[in-house]
Amino acid sequence: MAGTEEARAEAAARTEATEHSVTTERSGSLEREEATERAAAVRRRLDAVWRIEGARIVAALARATGNVGFAEDLAQEAAADALRQWPDTGVPSNPAAWLTAVAKRKAIDAWRRADRLDERYQELARGLQDEDAPGWEPVPDDVLRLVFTACHPVLSREAQVSLTLRIVGGLSSEEIARLFVLPVGTVQQRIVRAKKTLAAAKVPFEVPEPNEWGPRLGGVLRVIYLMFTEGYAATSGERWIRPDLAGEALRIGRVLVTLVPQEPEAHALVALMELQASRFGARTRPDGTPVLLADQDRTRWDRAQIGRGRAALARADRLGRGRGSYALQAAIAECHAVSPSVERTDWAEIVLLYEALGRIAPSPVVELNRAVAVSMATGPATALAIVDELAAAGSLRGSHLLPSVRAELLARLGRSNEARAEFAAAAALARNDREREVLERKAAAT
Amino acid sequence: MKYMFIMRATDEAIEASKAMPFEEMINKMGAYNESMINAGVMLGGEGLADLSDGSAFVVDFSEEPPIVTDGPYGETHELFNGFWIVQVSSKEEAAEWASRCPLGPGSKLEVRRVTEAADFAEFSDNEYIQKEEGWREQEAKLRAENA
Repeated sequence: MAGTEEARAEAAARTEATEHSVTTERSGSLEREEATERAAAVRRRLDAVWRIEGARIVAALARATGNVGFAEDLAQEAAADALRQWPDTGVPSNPAAWLTAVAKRKAIDAWRRADRLDERYQELARGLQDEDAPGWEPVPDDVLRLVFTACHPVLSREAQVSLTLRIVGGLSSEEIARLFVLPVGTVQQRIVRAKKTLAAAKVPFEVPEPNEWGPRLGGVLRVIYLMFTEGYAATSGERWIRPDLAGEALRIGRVLVTLVPQEPEAHALVALMELQASRFGARTRPDGTPVLLADQDRTRWDRAQIGRGRAALARADRLGRGRGSYALQAAIAECHAVSPSVERTDWAEIVLLYEALGRIAPSPVVELNRAVAVSMATGPATALAIVDELAAAGSLRGSHLLPSVRAELLARLGRSNEARAEFAAAAALARNDREREVLERKAAAT
Repeated sequence: MKYMFIMRATDEAIEASKAMPFEEMINKMGAYNESMINAGVMLGGEGLADLSDGSAFVVDFSEEPPIVTDGPYGETHELFNGFWIVQVSSKEEAAEWASRCPLGPGSKLEVRRVTEAADFAEFSDNEYIQKEEGWREQEAKLRAENA
């Protein structure tokens, strides 16, 4: 089977070679241009295949080798071979099978080189050579094992995010670098380091034990949500939203739901991301400046996406295990999504949801959001007391969030001078250029 | 970006598909849909009833008022019989998914990018562009209630 394919590829290469010799009179630069275009087309095709098949390819390799880092190396080498060969041979009819077969051969070669063909590896090598050998096709849980490994607690948050995008999302280092506006070298280093850490910590290719399941799943959800929020409100840089990054997080979230359909918080996380992403269209003006919730044109919210988000929250609720922190946040987002305006929003319900959220997942940001909801439900004075308490405790020091909320409340209370100073303080702390501009404008207008 | 896969088939292909056990077809299509759901790319899709139950008709606008008829769909028509909406990152990814569809000779998928608000940015103040969002809202509400 593989032999016929190779023969076919060779024949194709020969045909192309003949065609090339016929057209030698064409200018060299034109040919170079065509070669570049062909290479770029292969790259795009490979990226697409990888996005769809990458997780399963790496999962299968990890299953066969028991080592995610090694599996990822093999997969990358196979991809590099594809980039070198496909522009000349054409893309094989089953690219994923080609990549897997090449990666398998590389695994065997690596073991031979390392002279590690002891009994265990000989057996594995035999298994790898036999196309139909059981244990080669990944079982569904292999992708889940991959998710848990990529989000393993021995890794730094940045490493978890990069590795998840790479081996679960099937993105190349270049794509990840583009999403985070980072140099490609930085992303590559993060991934290399992550693989070394996994090896040093001898992390097994397994899902967590039952007693660790809850916290470990929580860790996975946090990584995906962190990826999403970095896209939703970029913490730094000149763009406020990176919809592509948020879209990748949402895609990985949807994949996770199919892997752990009985976990309400996984459904709830997808609900939360769908509901928040539904506002992307209204959150920035054409020139990239942010539009805050109160000023958003709600007709521009993506209603189909809101529908998907509400359906996901309903699925979480139907599992009947109560609402966790993602479900509570999704429910808050749902309150906004179904309201025709800020005035007609059910702020009392939102206050209740924030109170519940603050009890199961207390954080100064939740408390600050509760203050905003209270200001809408009851009035700015009550809310200011909550914010002042946060400030007195030294919470959120160094973040622009607290002074910007405080500034809004002071402005509503008519304390303009104090409000202006707070807006200026918030602007000085904002790390995102677009956000800073909004705050500066408010300071000037107060 | 979103793409729509529009499924079209010739009469011959539709006839040929009748030779295949219906359950086998459902299984193949089901597995295809499931693979796209598991990959997090499928947003929706529907199949359309064939012409045999007489539910289909054509409204032709080449005259005023338009003419409603039971056909014709033309002699060599390719019947539009279903669609998918997928969310992907590139044209190539759309092509990868489309080529996996379990269809046979005589069938085609026409693959089209779904327009986004950005395509109508210069008309964003238009009353009907805004109304369309309202229609979507009603639809979404129904869908959420039925989910």
